[in-house]
Amino acid sequence: MQDQAQKAVTESRIIGVSTPRIDGPLKTTGTAMYTSDHNFPGLVYAWPVIATIASGTITSMDTARAAAMPGVLAVYTHENIGPLYRTPPTQGFSMIIDERRPPLEDNVVSYYGQYVGVAVASSVEQARAAAEAVKVTYDKRSHNVEEKLIGTPIAEPGIKKGTARGDVTSAFKNAAVKHDAVYSTPNETHNPIELHASVAVFKDGRYTLYETSQAVVNHRDVMAAMLGVPPENVQVITRFLGSGFGGKLWPWPHAMLAAATARNINRPVKLVVSRSMMFQSVGHRPAIDQQIQLGAEPSGKLVALGHHYVNHTAMEAEYDEGCGEATGFLYSCPNLAVTSGLVRRNVGVPTAMRGPGAVPGLYALESAMDELAVKLKMDPVQLRLLNEPDKDESNGLPFSSRHLKECLTVGAEKFGWAKRTPAVGSMKNEDGATLGWGVASCAWGAMRIDTEMSVELLQDGTARVTCATQDIGGGTYTAIAQMVAHETGLPVAKVNVILGDSALPPGPISGGSWTTASVTPAALDAAHHAVQTLLVSAATFPNSPFKGKKPAELEMVDGTVRAKGSATPQLTMAEVLKGANVKGITGTGKSQGTFGAKEEYSFHSYGAQFVEVTWQPEIARLRVSRVVTVIDGGRMLNPRAARNQIEGAVVMGVGMGMLEGVEYDRASGAPINASLADYIVAVNADCPHIDVTFLDYPDYKLNALGARGVGEIGLAGVAPAITNAVYHATGIRVRRLPVRIEDLMGAPMHLA
Amino acid sequence: MHTFELITPASVTEAVKAQAGSPTAQQGAPVRFIAGGTNLVDFMKLNVETPRQLVDINRLGLDRVEALPGGGVKIGALARNTDVAQHELIKARYPVLSEAILSGATVQLRNLATTGGNLLQKTRCVYYRDTAFACNKRNPGSGCPAIEGHNRMLAVLGTSEHCIATNPSDQNVALTALEATVHVTGAKGERAIPIAEFYVLPGATPERETVLAPGDLITHVTIPALPDGAKSVYLKLRDRASYEFALASAAIVTQVSGGRISFARVAMGGVGTVPWRSHEAEKALLGKAATRENFRAAAEAALHGAKPQTQNGFKVELAKRCVTHALTLATKQA
Repeated sequence: MQDQAQKAVTESRIIGVSTPRIDGPLKTTGTAMYTSDHNFPGLVYAWPVIATIASGTITSMDTARAAAMPGVLAVYTHENIGPLYRTPPTQGFSMIIDERRPPLEDNVVSYYGQYVGVAVASSVEQARAAAEAVKVTYDKRSHNVEEKLIGTPIAEPGIKKGTARGDVTSAFKNAAVKHDAVYSTPNETHNPIELHASVAVFKDGRYTLYETSQAVVNHRDVMAAMLGVPPENVQVITRFLGSGFGGKLWPWPHAMLAAATARNINRPVKLVVSRSMMFQSVGHRPAIDQQIQLGAEPSGKLVALGHHYVNHTAMEAEYDEGCGEATGFLYSCPNLAVTSGLVRRNVGVPTAMRGPGAVPGLYALESAMDELAVKLKMDPVQLRLLNEPDKDESNGLPFSSRHLKECLTVGAEKFGWAKRTPAVGSMKNEDGATLGWGVASCAWGAMRIDTEMSVELLQDGTARVTCATQDIGGGTYTAIAQMVAHETGLPVAKVNVILGDSALPPGPISGGSWTTASVTPAALDAAHHAVQTLLVSAATFPNSPFKGKKPAELEMVDGTVRAKGSATPQLTMAEVLKGANVKGITGTGKSQGTFGAKEEYSFHSYGAQFVEVTWQPEIARLRVSRVVTVIDGGRMLNPRAARNQIEGAVVMGVGMGMLEGVEYDRASGAPINASLADYIVAVNADCPHIDVTFLDYPDYKLNALGARGVGEIGLAGVAPAITNAVYHATGIRVRRLPVRIEDLMGAPMHLA
Repeated sequence: MHTFELITPASVTEAVKAQAGSPTAQQGAPVRFIAGGTNLVDFMKLNVETPRQLVDINRLGLDRVEALPGGGVKIGALARNTDVAQHELIKARYPVLSEAILSGATVQLRNLATTGGNLLQKTRCVYYRDTAFACNKRNPGSGCPAIEGHNRMLAVLGTSEHCIATNPSDQNVALTALEATVHVTGAKGERAIPIAEFYVLPGATPERETVLAPGDLITHVTIPALPDGAKSVYLKLRDRASYEFALASAAIVTQVSGGRISFARVAMGGVGTVPWRSHEAEKALLGKAATRENFRAAAEAALHGAKPQTQNGFKVELAKRCVTHALTLATKQA
């Protein structure tokens, strides 16, 4: 099926061309239907009752007052919610869920904010009032939300060994220059503007579930398993997503509450979680402590790299952040070991957040590289260039396409790095403020996931493309339309892309920055097959001007069919279909996943982040003023959308570096800054000047388009580049994110 | 949010009458005036405030900014924050007030929020906002989890063992430095309350934040003329660059004559349980040369007696730098 996809697509009038998003006008005019925009006759509202303890058991729930309140239709607890099952084990990209315990399974509470009940009422205000009127009595046990991780008890089965080579212990011991430090990152939350939501419609034993999902196919499988019905009885729809950042990859308990209550009362139910619940029960990037041990020769050549991390997880979840993601292959180093461990805390279940593993992992590794450069009295760019590997030393595979050195040298050039003076506080801007310049490398894995796609060429001159993937805001609709436009010659405006519906041909999750690499070859393949069938039709319909020609002698150029090498006669696609009296011609396409397959290459994207901070010690004000980002992410199919992804990721990196972190209230165990006023993210005024460059080397070993996809790579490396710049400006090495004013109060004033 | 009745009085007298029967005008008042609603409606959604009746005062006029004879200004209680901040009279005579207002919230919020409403802005203490927690301000006698808990943003001045919540306003810090007067019409007629007497320290009754009694409607604020040649400035320090409450802020009014400070008003935000006027700093400045050393000494005086909490000790030094730098800015061209 991949005959077309195997030929490199090098020339195109649309692929690689900046293309405005085809869904843009729908979004900017407010006509795009997001999940919570869906309403149905008889729809009612559900509001969860949340636990206000972090550990213990429920001894009683008094729902009488709530049930008697105006508009209330039902109040459910663990005693009457009805059947909700656990999912069977995960297989590939199916049955993935991080919080495997169904909501209201029993009377056990293991984190603050866990759902312990749900009220259903005619209005959302009535449902909320009823939920808040439920009186819950607990047998409270002591909880643990301790911030310190390394040095506290590791959960079974203990320390896990990751990638390893050589003898890191003795190499580190004998290294001429050493650096050994612990870096900590807090619980970060995804908190996209669109709240998680579910609108559940239950009719004749079938569920239609409007969800905020980055993976409708998996969502369907999980919901069917948890509701105990065959998968064909569940349809999951996510037409548009107000972003997810990984928080919406896998289903969360509110989805089961919506579906179960819809089933129980046999009416459509809408459940939109509150902003505070977004900090409790829909996942987060866990808090992590990472020890990095670097050993080097005086020349700067790395001889030892130890990376030992511990992340928190929930009482009943085994979430491993995977911080060693990039450690094994980023630099050449003969002796290397990654180990990991989990510690249990009474917190909600962690999950993948943008750039899981690599983003926090690179914060630690790239901070340590900067500290090593200081000890070596070596330029931090030079140190990185010096340790470039010629193959992936973690598995011996050649790199499919790696240009990290060029990212660093191009970035240094654009940033003006040559003007950097290494002494702390030695650089000033024209207003007299101190400047700090920092750099970090970054990397992110590339892969493909199994995808099926259908392209239908229609009599009205349009093409209809369907796939059960989804556009989470990154431009998937547009990328698919570009492929079909390329293959058919139709303008992008004539290509209608239908995504976000589990009933469509199975498509990939929108995660890992893998969607583009997965869906675009399948779209090309499907469009190619549709065109081939159209040519058969053109050669054979009665009164065809091409009668007598073989389909192989015809071609489709700019949306019209003609004999190869002859401009006339020509027929538009619509004319062929009208002539043949066929409503539409369908082609299907596939692309094979790389997940689980034996690889011949090491597939990764690379980048370099250069950051300038401005420091005014007289008012303890630190701002990120300038970022130069160079990305080696394969071929950019839509540079405009790609740039938007990277710019957004850099801004998120400013949040990670300077602002974000959930804090737990010791006494109650609650995530206490659970609002967007108290958990602060970067606002427009915090956005630095951002200069994004794409090296644009196609990676044809990954797919015919040479595209790897971007998003997460832009966040990787930003935080360490910031902390490295902070050190350069202030002399203070912040090893616990985010960098806060109080961390810098001790910086010497004379550097002003 | 609980259901409530909305009434729209046609006059100040009717409005006053509507609230006069309420047992309190403070936390938990069953009858509340509503203007911009940018603060009150949030708290109603959170069930922190559960009034059964809202008195909509938006049709009472009271929205003018006018010059007073003698060089002062009168600001109507319903004048929107944006209109005040952008008003030529305010920008010309009291830059500190314009700058303070513009440093707070967002354009959208400032377009709705009013002068009177801002005077009564509630704390951002996370425990106050969440009914699952004890809070002496919201539920008197229930306790203060902030003292041992999440208190990074909270006060270091004017605290008590019952409450350490910060007054979050920027506007009120400027009004404090400007020695504004709050004009109130109440059940017993009109009163003029100097802003220094308008707010009360939490003490043992943190639910009581101002001297307002049931029926008291703020009608306007007056600001006296500043001495000739006086300069004013507002400096706000915070974690992010916009849309964020102050960790420390300073409102300064100074006049320098012959190289010496002849007039000084110093108020601080983000550090006190009320907008914090520092007579100590003013005293330290008066008659002194406008030097960085003298500014720092005044800042030290301003924070004398500050009581850091478990997470916010840095605010003491931050506030000192804020006052010092704001004085530097205010005296730059004086």
